[in-house]
Amino acid sequence: MLEAYPDNRPARIFLWSFCALVMAFLMLPTLVVVPLSFSSSNLLEFPPRAYSLRWYEAFFGSATWMAALRTSLILGTLTAIVAVPLGLLACISINRLGGKAAATIQGILLTPSIVPGILLAIGLFFVLAAQHLVGTLFGVLVGHVVLAIPVACIVLLPALARFDWNQVQAARSLGANWARAIGGIIVPQLQISLLSATLMAFLTSLDESVISIFVASGQNSTLPKLMFLSLRDQIDPTIAAISTLWTVIVVAVVLIVTLRQKS
Amino acid sequence: MTIAADPALAADARSERRFFLALSLPALFIVGLAAILPILWIIRQSFLTTGGQYTVGNYEKVLSSGLTWSALVTTVELSFGTLAFCILLGTPLALALASARPRVANLLMAFVMLPLWTSILVRTYGWLVLLRRDGLINAALTGSGLTTEPLPLVYNFTGTLIGMVHYMLPLFLLPVYAAMRDIDANLVRASASMGATLGQTIRTVILPLSAGGIFSGSIIVFIYTIGFFITPAVLGGGKVNPLSIRIERTLSTFQDWGSASVLGILLLILMALIGVMFLAARRLMARNNVGTVHA
Repeated sequence: MLEAYPDNRPARIFLWSFCALVMAFLMLPTLVVVPLSFSSSNLLEFPPRAYSLRWYEAFFGSATWMAALRTSLILGTLTAIVAVPLGLLACISINRLGGKAAATIQGILLTPSIVPGILLAIGLFFVLAAQHLVGTLFGVLVGHVVLAIPVACIVLLPALARFDWNQVQAARSLGANWARAIGGIIVPQLQISLLSATLMAFLTSLDESVISIFVASGQNSTLPKLMFLSLRDQIDPTIAAISTLWTVIVVAVVLIVTLRQKS
Repeated sequence: MTIAADPALAADARSERRFFLALSLPALFIVGLAAILPILWIIRQSFLTTGGQYTVGNYEKVLSSGLTWSALVTTVELSFGTLAFCILLGTPLALALASARPRVANLLMAFVMLPLWTSILVRTYGWLVLLRRDGLINAALTGSGLTTEPLPLVYNFTGTLIGMVHYMLPLFLLPVYAAMRDIDANLVRASASMGATLGQTIRTVILPLSAGGIFSGSIIVFIYTIGFFITPAVLGGGKVNPLSIRIERTLSTFQDWGSASVLGILLLILMALIGVMFLAARRLMARNNVGTVHA
């Protein structure tokens, strides 16, 4: 845009050095934990004096961390399994209804992403407490599903908008019931978007911390909840190891999603 | 030929519509169960004593406490502080990205998005490592002789603000970048050829045309920061107490569900007030024909 000002070198240099500084600000906290995770000392020295894998061993060798990892993975999987089909059905409904009805449904489904997490968390805590369900996997699961549905819809709605509905009508007129029309025509054609939605829903659950902090407990503590508690109490390089693994996994997932969407 | 012309077809269309409505019911049900019911429950709980009797005592207690008002002030300070830094850092960054070649811009955007995809706990941990008394930044500052004493950068308001700006900046950047990329380059060229300096062009062409994006970005910053919990809890070190932290403490430490609910309602009211403020601002912008709002 600024090519209209080819002679203004100082402004250009200033803008780009400013840009570099802000980029550094954005990247630094994520990158700084990587070398720390390979440190052999339990102090947070930088750069580490000697390298080792002891913090990775500490993570994989700890029953508590492993239980939390298991819970988080199970929860993420269940969240995706529940949220994506519900999201798909709701998106078909929004896509077909149009008008005011569609806008209302969309508005209601988006509420959880606008309400502050802390309010959802304590409200859910109260509701679950009344049913004696605090600390159960179910309690955290409904909280995560409700956050994952809008995420799934954001991926699926544009995909459905590109989908040619005449195909479904053709199938219906040839005698296919709705289950077959949706399962046999819509699902295969939205395959890639459904995969993206599944991964995003999984990540939403894996990354969620506030609801977990209030609603999960004991055996059902999630990885973010445990990380939060140990960040509050002491800073241990085990967290650096977890953080590094986490970042690598998330970046891999995001790369898969973006590359698949482009192809 | 309209569908309504044939009564059988019209009935068919109606039943199909009912079917499509029904498709969204499972999702609506779970949102009702796990998002809307909890909010209603907070309202109910705010009028209950620990024994379950109706009372307005919780409101009297919370509203007469000085801690509540300082929490409100801290919440607003953190939100506006984060917004100020997002505008200050994000707008020039968006301008640079929008004026870069598409390939470079896409690559840089991928880097900007990296923190967005990293867990908030990972980032908070990173900031702890960087900002502590014996952390990297203080080591660099004292090592280079810029300061003699390590600066108190974390476990206070400064640290919390740094963490929150870091969290919000990519989210703020997205709509601003989208708005700037959509500006017709010919307008900038026209402005330049008419003799406007770069500063004048930015002030009178680029910024007004991206006002909609900046506005959308600001709304996003508010929606997120108003109830921020993790960052103040870890980087605030107990000294920064916005409403979210007070809610948690009232609930976990004092087991006072009623007061925690009242604080939650204050948070909702604050959100509504800021929402109204933004709506008014949007109407004002629409009247003055400034920019278009990018969602």
